[in-house]
Order: sequence, then C-alpha cells, then structure tokens
Amino acid sequence: MDTLPSFPNPVRSIFEAIRDDSVIVNIGPSHPATHGTVQIIAELDGERVLRTDVHCGYLHRGFEKECEDHTWHNLIPYVDRLNYVSALVNDFAYCDAVEQLMGLEITPRCRYLRTLLSEYSRVVDHLTCVAAGLMEMGAMTAFLYLVMVRDFMYEHLAALTGARVTYSYGRIGGLARDLPDGWLVRLEEILVQYEEFVGRVHALVDRNRIFIDRLRDVGTITTADALSLGVTGPILRSTGVPRDLRKDTPYLAYAELDFDIPVGIKGDNYDRYFVRMREMDESVYMIRQLAQMLPGGPINVDDRRCTFPEKTLVYSQIESLINHFKLVMDGPSVPPGEIYCAHEAPNGELGFYLVSTGGGTPYKVHVRSPSFVHMGAASRMLDGGQLADIVPTFGSINMIGGECDR
Amino acid sequence: MAAASDLEALRRELVPAAGPATLSHGSFVFVLAPRELVPTVRRLRDEFGFDLLLDVTAVDWPGAVLRFEVVHHLYSTAHKVRVRLKTRVAADDPTVDSLGALYGSAAFMERECHDMYGIGFRGNFDLRPILLYEGFVGHPLRKDYPKQREQPLVPYRD
Repeated sequence: MDTLPSFPNPVRSIFEAIRDDSVIVNIGPSHPATHGTVQIIAELDGERVLRTDVHCGYLHRGFEKECEDHTWHNLIPYVDRLNYVSALVNDFAYCDAVEQLMGLEITPRCRYLRTLLSEYSRVVDHLTCVAAGLMEMGAMTAFLYLVMVRDFMYEHLAALTGARVTYSYGRIGGLARDLPDGWLVRLEEILVQYEEFVGRVHALVDRNRIFIDRLRDVGTITTADALSLGVTGPILRSTGVPRDLRKDTPYLAYAELDFDIPVGIKGDNYDRYFVRMREMDESVYMIRQLAQMLPGGPINVDDRRCTFPEKTLVYSQIESLINHFKLVMDGPSVPPGEIYCAHEAPNGELGFYLVSTGGGTPYKVHVRSPSFVHMGAASRMLDGGQLADIVPTFGSINMIGGECDR
Repeated sequence: MAAASDLEALRRELVPAAGPATLSHGSFVFVLAPRELVPTVRRLRDEFGFDLLLDVTAVDWPGAVLRFEVVHHLYSTAHKVRVRLKTRVAADDPTVDSLGALYGSAAFMERECHDMYGIGFRGNFDLRPILLYEGFVGHPLRKDYPKQREQPLVPYRD
C-alpha cells in the first residue's frame, strides 16, 4: 500500500475560520437531510452562515468511463440511475440523442407515449421533492399524503415497465413494450387521487404561518445570479423567468400541447415550492391531453440498425437471427458524429453530449446534469442565511446524488 | 428552434471572428484556438445574448497532435440558440483560459473537467477535486486510464 499517496484528511475546506468568534462546522456527507451524499462545510457566526463550501462526488461511480465500454443499448440501465426519481426522462433524453445521431424518426405513438411518461415522471419527481422538503420541516401529514400518491404512481409504472424506480423502459428507436390493458383507466383514477391529496396539501401549508415564515425570503437567488451560475429548471423559473425547454425548443410532442410555465416572484424557497406544485398541475393537464391524443400504431421504428426483430422471427429466419446477434454483440450502428441533446428534466436542463466514431459503442458520453451545476450555485443560496435554513434550502434545490456525482 | 434570421446574423457576425462554423443538430459549432476562447465567449455573451454557460467537458483523442478537445456548450435564452466551442490543446500543456470571470457556473464545471481529463484552467484557482477525492492519482476519463484500476482509500481486508 506504500504506492498510495498519503493525505491526512480527504476532505478539506477551501477556507479556515477568519474570525475569533466564528466556527466551522461540517454537515454531511452522511446526514439524513442531504438526500444522498453531499457535504457542506459552513463557517458560522452564531447561527448565521457566513460562507459555505459544498462538496459532492461521494456517489461518483465512473458512469461516463463505464459508458465508453458498452454498446449504445446497454447504457439504458445506466442512464436510468442518473436521476433515479424520474428515470424515464433520462431514458428518453438519451434515446433521443442517439436517435438524432442516427437520423431516426420515432413513431407517432412512441412520441406521444414518451411525452406522457415524461410528464408523469415529472409529477413523481416533484411529489418526492415537495414531500421530502415538507417532512424536513415537520409536516408529516403532508409528506404522507404526497408520498402515498407517489406510490400509486410507482406501482402504476411498475405495471407498465416491470420495475418501480429504475425502469429501463426506453429503447433506441422506441420503447420496451406497449401499454397494458386498462393502464389509461387506472391513470385517470390516480390523477383524481392526485388532485384530492395535492389540494389537501395546498390547504395545509400554503397559507400556514409557520411554513411561510420558514420559507419566504429564505434561500433567495436573483435571476442574474441564477443565469450566471448556470441554474435551470424550477429554480430559474422561481426567479420569474419563464425559461423552459418544452416551450423554447419543443421536442417530443410538446409543440402540440397546451400548457403554461409557472414562474415565481423572487426566487426564494416559497417560490420554489409553489413553482413545483403548479408545474405538477400543468403536467397533469398535459397527461390528460396526451391520453386523449394518443394515436395507435407501432411503438418501435422498423429499422434493423437498432430495433430487435421479433422473437418468433429470430427462431425461424436466419436473417433475423443474425440481426439479433449483431445487435446484441456489436450494438446498434451509430454513424460518426457528435450531438448535444437537452431535455427539460424535472430539475432543469438534462443534456447528453455524445461522441460517436461509428460502430456500436460510444466514444464519449457526457451528461450535463442539472444537480451538479446547482450544487455549484448552492453556496449563493445558503450564504447569509440561518444554519437551520440549510436543510429546507438544500431540499428545495432537489439535488439527486445519482446525476450529480455520476 | 431559433429563427433563421438569428442564426444567419450569428453566422455573419461570428464566423469572421471565430473561424469556420458548422451547424450540427441544431447547435453552432466553432473550432477555436486557445487564445481566441475568452474573447469569443465574451462577444457571445455581450453581443449575442448567450447568458448560460451550460457545460464544460473535454474529449480525449490519443495520438492526435493536439490531444485534448475542450468543449464548452453555451445557450442563449433570448435567441434559443446553442453554441458548441471546441478548443484543441496539446497533451504536454493541456491548458485553456478559465471562463470564471464571465460565468459563475464555470468554476464548478471546470473543476470536474480538471478532475476527469487533467485540463488546466488558467485563472481558476480552485481546481480541487470535486467528483474524485483528494489524492486520487491520474485522470480517469483519459483513454489511457484503465477502467479496472483501483485506488482504494482504505486497504482491502484479506
């Protein structure tokens, strides 16, 4: 082991206490309120936070390195595990990037289904974020209401994909399988439940004095700061900017949908709570439109470069057998090129930068994850606040360790 | 997508300053020399409304004369246009100028790029490891870093 470098403390802060009466405290990485593993080193003056230094990387697992060693299809379970609260959005953003690189156009049914499931995932993600944020401030009833609805959605997605959280449901050029019978009927039942329980949460907390006092004017960030720090998604919108990729550069079926972009007033924790709540309502509105618009037809493109042949044909035709074999062993053939493809994930802009040199394996996969960039902006929201506000502010950023640390 | 006139204005204005541009999957792609990076980004930000620096990463091309390609992605919320800037640097001095003076988001993302590829960013004084840990040897996303190499912080038990 003497080849290893020696270092006294693997995590150092960038600063030391500059004043006699200030103290440096370490929060995390293994703290229940860090939603995963992040470390915040804070210099305190009494209860007031003077400066913070945010460290991430405790969940780094070499995602991008591993991706360079697998075929394009085999990455789908990996990208699921980036933002594991809304895994389908990652799936579809990744598949969209590869499809654009291949020049594929997905079928109309697949396009609408992906849009529907993206919005469904957005509801799940926001429910989780809002529920956890409320629970951390002691609102246990609101937490249980929201997580109960979320669990209906998890079970419902499990009926479609076979898994509760990490679905591996996207495919390059389509989807793993079509909707089972009665799925849309159950969807409407869940949306009705959603409305009832989210209504109760609105009644419980929106005008609750304790809640407002904890969140109003806490963790504020201005539009200029947010843009400079690369902040996207609900946090940027909470500062009053209606910037949303679904409207700005519409992808999937968003151009055909009617929806609003909720924005906040001043970018504090209360605005972030409210923007997320309103976005869920818009998502539900979109899901209902999509369920009406959903066309029939196949869900996979008929392209032998990426779509697997039917199993019966694999067993009966030599061409299909070879096709299946080549797709498994060599992977889909993606022409040389590079692409940056961004989708509006629940947390912000999720971008995939892919470089292909041809063949079945990517040369480089880079994920522009909103959580990582938001961690760079977290200090701006935490500095100057109270120590006890670190937890709600951090919760409202909704850092997801899987995509932050990759 | 952006209006065609915006794209055309960008192309007309920027191409003489920044060299040949191509349009690839909806993004403008510029290939820059390292010294052109900061002036070009400043012009993009101030004159063309590229207010978001989205991403900083690199691509490793072992064997090439200029081995590393530092890639910046920018976005204009006003014009809804994306730009990709590619800067090639040599392996013996893989350094470009930091964009930290122009965008606050650069600091964190440059740290990641430094972690993963060993790219130096002149002007960024906080290039501590961010995804890796203090004391990690090497840069894991370089193509010559073996995927299976382990650097355990605590020795394995027999």
